[in-house]
Amino acid sequence: MNFTQAVKMAFSSILSNKMRSFLTMLGVIIGVTAVITLIALGQGSTMQVSRQIESLGTNLIIINITGGRNRSVTEKDLERIKNIPGVSEIAPVLSGGVTVKAGNKNTSSSLEATTPGYQQVRNRHVQLGRFLLQNDLDMRFRVAVVGVDVADELFGRRDIVGEKISINGVEFSIVGILEEKGSSIAGSDDNKVIIPLTTGQRLLGNTEVRTFYVSTQFPDVVNQVVGEIQRFLTRKFNDENSFRVFNQTQLLSTINEATTTLTMMLSGIAGISLLVGGIGIMNIMLVSVTERTREIGIRKAIGAKRRDILIQFLIESAVLSGLGGVLGIMLGFVGVSFLSRILNIPAAISADVVLLATGFSVAVGVIFGLYPASKAASLNPIDALRYE
Amino acid sequence: MHSRRGDLTDPEFPQTTVDEGRYADGINEKEGAFGYMIRLENLSKIYRMGDNRVVALNNISLSINKGEFVAIMGPSGSGKSTLMNIIGCLDVPTEGKYYLDGRDITSYNQNQLAEVRNKKFGFVFQGFNLLPKLTALENVELPLIYAGVGAKKRREEAIRVLKMMGLGERIHHRPSELSGGQQQRVAIARALVNRPSVILADEPTGNLDSKSGMEIMQIFKELYSQGNTIILITHDINIARYARRMIMIRDGQIVSDEEVEMQ
Repeated sequence: MNFTQAVKMAFSSILSNKMRSFLTMLGVIIGVTAVITLIALGQGSTMQVSRQIESLGTNLIIINITGGRNRSVTEKDLERIKNIPGVSEIAPVLSGGVTVKAGNKNTSSSLEATTPGYQQVRNRHVQLGRFLLQNDLDMRFRVAVVGVDVADELFGRRDIVGEKISINGVEFSIVGILEEKGSSIAGSDDNKVIIPLTTGQRLLGNTEVRTFYVSTQFPDVVNQVVGEIQRFLTRKFNDENSFRVFNQTQLLSTINEATTTLTMMLSGIAGISLLVGGIGIMNIMLVSVTERTREIGIRKAIGAKRRDILIQFLIESAVLSGLGGVLGIMLGFVGVSFLSRILNIPAAISADVVLLATGFSVAVGVIFGLYPASKAASLNPIDALRYE
Repeated sequence: MHSRRGDLTDPEFPQTTVDEGRYADGINEKEGAFGYMIRLENLSKIYRMGDNRVVALNNISLSINKGEFVAIMGPSGSGKSTLMNIIGCLDVPTEGKYYLDGRDITSYNQNQLAEVRNKKFGFVFQGFNLLPKLTALENVELPLIYAGVGAKKRREEAIRVLKMMGLGERIHHRPSELSGGQQQRVAIARALVNRPSVILADEPTGNLDSKSGMEIMQIFKELYSQGNTIILITHDINIARYARRMIMIRDGQIVSDEEVEMQ
């Protein structure tokens, strides 16, 4: 007996009992839908987080000085760090929360006082006007570059270069508007005011720089540069616990690890529901074999071999389960597009997940069909013919 | 005592048109060492039910020639159904030898027996035993599917035998849409479609009214006159009279074996 004939027979047998077939498939449908949806959402959120981190730049290193109040880096230290081979730019940052006012409106925002290098190091560019210049630092100009949230909040528009704002009561003029970045894990990057470092030291009453960003020329020298910076700071403070160094690659791999574990756990749970679906298939196939004992007897009497009967029932359960898999995939597409809209996660169903789900559901059918099919195949033709 | 029909050179004789290639797997058409198509030697069948031994067949020896029309008769429980099951390779004897076309098939395994059933026998049962979800055509095609015949040839052959049974108009009907007589004719078509050496009919008229039963028996008579070998199992003497040789069985033993006048 050939394969296409067996598949045809399986389909007609499944169609002759639609309701039962559907209920049997339901387990696999739910399992596959769950696998597809969870993996797609898992991969989608991983992708989203990775993209956010990557947009900060994979060649970015963040250094925080911790410990005693009087520990900080000087301009000279920064000059030395900038000369480490592989470093392309460096930007010291003083930061703090401030209240920003314009006219009768005010908003709280995060302030960063820094140098022109910040633009390159943090990959933040202006969409309108200009960024800070060395001259602004040298002259301690009261100029500010603001994010779009600040502009929207205070002015309700974005073409506000030249307008005046007051930061903690000190008047600044706006020289540039930052490009919109969207929110990230660290909160909104658009609710931000950037002023010259020197001006900021005076405004915040603090001259100690305890945070600085370093960007490397290439992503693959990051580790080497981190090592140099650590050596330098350890020597300076005589304490290797007095500072913290982060880089994006580390962060990225940590987060990837976490989300991969999460995705695997979720798909494991979904896999269990597939297993339950498989047991449902085995159950109904056993019932079907009993019901069709006479048919099996007739088929054997007219020449069906053990293998023919085995293949017939195996294909039937594989088709049943595979069909459930296909329906589950379709339902998964619907579920993913629905959930990704509601949860605001960009989720994409990858081709290999679809292939995996299809293969898995067919395999479930074959594995759980094996016992009923071999039971059918080993029936004695006379007993089967006599069965009422 | 045997009726020996010799020269059957009728060109319509179905099994002579079978090409030898279909039996390339070791079962050939040549008559065996004894010259009989079917030869049973000292055959016994004993069932064990707990501690009880039930002797269904007791030391039966029997030969049947090509082209014979044999009725095996006996009351219920006589062992005639067991005999038919063994002849039809649905069951295996406990003791003794069974030569089919000169080959000892008592040592055959289940798969080999399935192949023998498919190629050598056509079964007609009392309860028709058609598959209810398949059409007449699909039912008749089944033996050819298991014989590995291609779809086109299968359809042609099935339609040919269904037409022969006068069912050319009903090939797409399901068994439930056919009368008992028509269902039995579909079953006969299914038995014939593989051009078997032997047609085995177990009470073929048992579930039919007398008129349909007569029609079915006329078909068997016709098949016999075309040279087919037919073995008929019945308890009804009026049905058995259609055959040319009557074997009586009682308590698992042959009590008589004689020729019958053509009706």
